[in-house]
Amino acid sequence: MNPEQGVFRKDFESSKKLKQVMAQHFQELDQAVRNGSPKVAWCTSVGPAELLRAMGFLVYFPENHGAVLGASRRAMEYIPVANALGYSPDICSYLTSDVGAYLRKETPLTKAYGISGVPKPDVLVYNTNQCRDVQDWFHFYGREFGVPVTGITSPRGVEEVTEAHIKDVAKQMEELVPTLQEVSGSRLDMDRLRQVVRLSRRCSDLWKEVLETASALPSPWTFFDHTIHMGPAVVARGTQEAVDYYELLLGELKERLQNRVAAVGEERHRLYWEGMPIWGKLRDLANLFMRLGSCIVASTYCNSWIFTDFDPDDPFRSMAKAYTNIFICHAEGWKENYIERIVRQFHVDGIVFHDAKTCPNNSNSRYSMPQRLEKRLGIPCLVIHGDLNDLRCYSEEQAVTNIEAFVEQLEES
Amino acid sequence: MKDLGEIQTRGLEGLFWAGVDVGASTTKAAVIDLEARLRGFHVQRSGVDYAGGSAACLEKALKNAGVPAEKLSSVVATGYGRYNVPTAKRIKTEISCHMKGCYFHYPHAATIVDIGGQDCKVIRVDEQGRRKAFKMNRKCAAGTGAFLEEVALRLGMDVSELDGLARGSTRKVQIGSYCTVFTSTEILTLIRRGEKVEDIVRGLFDSVIQRILEMDPLEGTVILTGGVVEYNPILAEALGERLKTRVLVPPHPQLTGAFGAALYGLEEDRQGQKWLHQTEASG
Repeated sequence: MNPEQGVFRKDFESSKKLKQVMAQHFQELDQAVRNGSPKVAWCTSVGPAELLRAMGFLVYFPENHGAVLGASRRAMEYIPVANALGYSPDICSYLTSDVGAYLRKETPLTKAYGISGVPKPDVLVYNTNQCRDVQDWFHFYGREFGVPVTGITSPRGVEEVTEAHIKDVAKQMEELVPTLQEVSGSRLDMDRLRQVVRLSRRCSDLWKEVLETASALPSPWTFFDHTIHMGPAVVARGTQEAVDYYELLLGELKERLQNRVAAVGEERHRLYWEGMPIWGKLRDLANLFMRLGSCIVASTYCNSWIFTDFDPDDPFRSMAKAYTNIFICHAEGWKENYIERIVRQFHVDGIVFHDAKTCPNNSNSRYSMPQRLEKRLGIPCLVIHGDLNDLRCYSEEQAVTNIEAFVEQLEES
Repeated sequence: MKDLGEIQTRGLEGLFWAGVDVGASTTKAAVIDLEARLRGFHVQRSGVDYAGGSAACLEKALKNAGVPAEKLSSVVATGYGRYNVPTAKRIKTEISCHMKGCYFHYPHAATIVDIGGQDCKVIRVDEQGRRKAFKMNRKCAAGTGAFLEEVALRLGMDVSELDGLARGSTRKVQIGSYCTVFTSTEILTLIRRGEKVEDIVRGLFDSVIQRILEMDPLEGTVILTGGVVEYNPILAEALGERLKTRVLVPPHPQLTGAFGAALYGLEEDRQGQKWLHQTEASG
């Protein structure tokens, strides 16, 4: 019996445009480095990209590179290089794979987009809203390139984002401006900032809308599609290109809804994915869930690029609120309420928690949340152990057996 | 024995059902009849040729049962090598099959602990035999058959000697690590300290129990199954001591997965699918 039997995935027409948007993003960065203008800022994936764009920077996101290294399975060549340098195998494997690739002077971006290499930064700007690792990651490059490193230290584990939190983060964002002006050589234009925030908000609203099409029965796409199509929401939010892309994708998804095109042929179960993707196993897992008639319709991870708090009339405060009001910054109770809302909205039958060895901040199974949610929601939860990039932490056999047994349990109930 | 209920059996007389459990260490095949009686079985090392090995194992089980292959209604495969059984009609995970096999012998709500060669599972089943939840051990081998084999090797003895040795223990020795490699180092320290090998081996079994208790509170009736308890029944006693209750062990615990797999095949037929099919065909 062939475990891959019965797996068929329908491709998206929009994918061609997606490739163009991503290629343009990297090629513009490559060109900027060659010309010495515009300046290049590196930014954490949920960092103040709007401010950087408004000040004329092109923005590069190392976490996106981490995901590319994972998805292309190159991460395993590079993680040991960083480990040998003293970056522990227990810390963020985005960091270790990215640093390892830098030390080896290699990147899959060259083959994918024909660029000469990772674009050299003129400044590095982090936000610790996701984790402290990004700060250490950026300081590594600050030392390597001899460029300024600056950033925002965000509150974590909060029940509700308060006025005090917003004031604090907004002030830290404003305090970035002098350094950024010095590097870019131009002053902050508030009208331009408002325009970028407006575009980011539009991008975010569209991203939310495309994700919400998965609440339909059957769902027209799965979490595994989401992880591919989220690229522009991460690297190009604040640009017209990202907005155009999601309008196109939304059109295609609406067509699928109209024609009742199911992403998983026989959709028998609808699941929620909690935690990071296992980038090097996306295809295998997509095929496995498809074979099991199970569609992962929603995830914490992909929802993390929905920023409904952006307000062009109040850019600093609204950026502060948007980037602090994300799932990862909140306390357990808030997170459970959030998951409950999504479970109801998307008609979810079960939750898969991915406990990622090197990403404690995105591993929400460690304080007994699955047990509490099982009791509260009356649906089963599964915890699988793995990692975002470090496949040394992932046992294929154990994961597959766990997932198959979980679906058997759903079928028995 | 569990009552299979008032189910149509016409057309099934004289047929048999097989389950093949291709585990990390051993392959097990079980053959049952219409009344779910075990008619024959075989156990062998899984080796490296899962397809050939599972076919040979099934052949031997059929021979032991005195059942010709053409009388088999279905083969259900389970275990890590479940996709490598060429004659399998259905595939089920070992989690489901152990649950099915245990529930057959003890048809009530229970917490089932399966200690296998490669991993350890805790499965909760309700009064009706439906799974409520399950957990598998994390990636490390501690608490599994592979762990015991590794330590037996370190102590220079065969894994089959461990149970007998542990029964001669007179002093409690604690082994705390949940890493097999660290445990081996701990054992070196214990040997250096002059601890008796009997006490070290008993400490080893206690550490296996401890790993399981760290996975789940093990509430209600507890059933211990899998290959490790077949050869080391002291584990059931040690677990019972910790839980202050009698721990149940099904007959042939090593075979429970294969037996449960065969039961899936039988239940599928007894629920009328085959009979209905024959009626439709004749109509």
